[in-house]
Amino acid sequence: MRYDRQIKLDEVGFSGQEKLKNSSVLIVGIGGLGCPAAQYLVGGGVGRIGLMDHDRVSLSNLHRQVLFDEIDVGKSKAAVAKEKLQKLNSEVEIEVYQEALTIVNAETLFQQYDIIIDGTDNFETKYLINDACILTEKPWVYASIYKHEGQLSVFNYKNGPSYRCLFPKTTQQNVSCEATGVLGVTPGTLGMLQATEVLKIILETGNVLSGKLKLINILSGTEQVMNIQSRPEEIEKIRNSGIIPVKIECELRDKSKTFLDIREIFEQPKVASDNVLQIPLSTIDEHIWEIPREGEVLVFCQSGKRSKKLVDLLQAEYGFENLKNVEGGIKTIIDG
Amino acid sequence: MKINIKYFGMIAETTGKNEEILDVDEGMSTVELKDRQIKTYQIADPESVQLAVNHNLNTEVELKEGDEVAFLPPFAGG
Repeated sequence: MRYDRQIKLDEVGFSGQEKLKNSSVLIVGIGGLGCPAAQYLVGGGVGRIGLMDHDRVSLSNLHRQVLFDEIDVGKSKAAVAKEKLQKLNSEVEIEVYQEALTIVNAETLFQQYDIIIDGTDNFETKYLINDACILTEKPWVYASIYKHEGQLSVFNYKNGPSYRCLFPKTTQQNVSCEATGVLGVTPGTLGMLQATEVLKIILETGNVLSGKLKLINILSGTEQVMNIQSRPEEIEKIRNSGIIPVKIECELRDKSKTFLDIREIFEQPKVASDNVLQIPLSTIDEHIWEIPREGEVLVFCQSGKRSKKLVDLLQAEYGFENLKNVEGGIKTIIDG
Repeated sequence: MKINIKYFGMIAETTGKNEEILDVDEGMSTVELKDRQIKTYQIADPESVQLAVNHNLNTEVELKEGDEVAFLPPFAGG
């Protein structure tokens, strides 16, 4: 029988297996963390799994994103992951979301799941997961990697602390594994520990890492656990005001990126930085040639609506592949 | 008095070490220690850096002989 080896455990048993079957987990980001987490949760018989990733498999993913093969390069991560995982366990219901998590879709999506796993690689999405989990009252299992180090915690679990309680202020150093380099085993280890926390939450056993931050250094072989204190005001402000988009001012200082401000000349406030290109939407037709086609270009307006339309249009009709809309518009770029 | 400091993430790279023992004035607070280390090593984004004293985060206290203070930066790789 498929689950025999875990049902034998006192902490699981037939009732625990039933709990797993009746549970649902959304994994945001099917990369170095999400792949191993998904494998063990599907193998263990969690009833419904959501796989969310807007990205496609690339060759440099393969050393750590263990669900993907060479033949998958160029394909949708979420779709390929579903195909592989369904072979492992056909009893699990797997939903695929080939899109990015946004301020618009986060809450509706989270409402459909019991637990959220953070398999993302950037601060903006981590704060977004945090805020949406507070608003939908879901626990989430966090992990982050910097080279050989990992951080692990469970947030928003039974009124426990949130990510904003740990880091109320974000940093300008948004460094991904692509930028710093990483051994495949590091996210692998952390992803498996995330799956472990999920199992403990579902089975209501052991000590869930809520209010604790586990720090792991795979190179030095050391582990430490820090106690996180709740900052009730950080949770309350999200309950009162909804999701607060994290400022990406850090990126404004990242000179490898270009910002495209499409607001009209009278719109305030102005953003002054030498990597901000200003082309008002009303004059965009004559200036399309000025928009770089290489390096990421972040397009913004006042609210994020006009820029979204423009990005869609430039992609569809002019073949741009390097444009990204700034969700939430100008207020996410500057302070205040 | 001597205190034991541990650095994590990119802070360990900025300081060039994972830990060090510092001899500081009696009665130094965590806030003062943070300011001092930020200046000494030019640690980036000081507002985002969190300190844990004897494994407890977010505590503003007067340090004691033998305390262990961790400097934790946020990071987001995955």
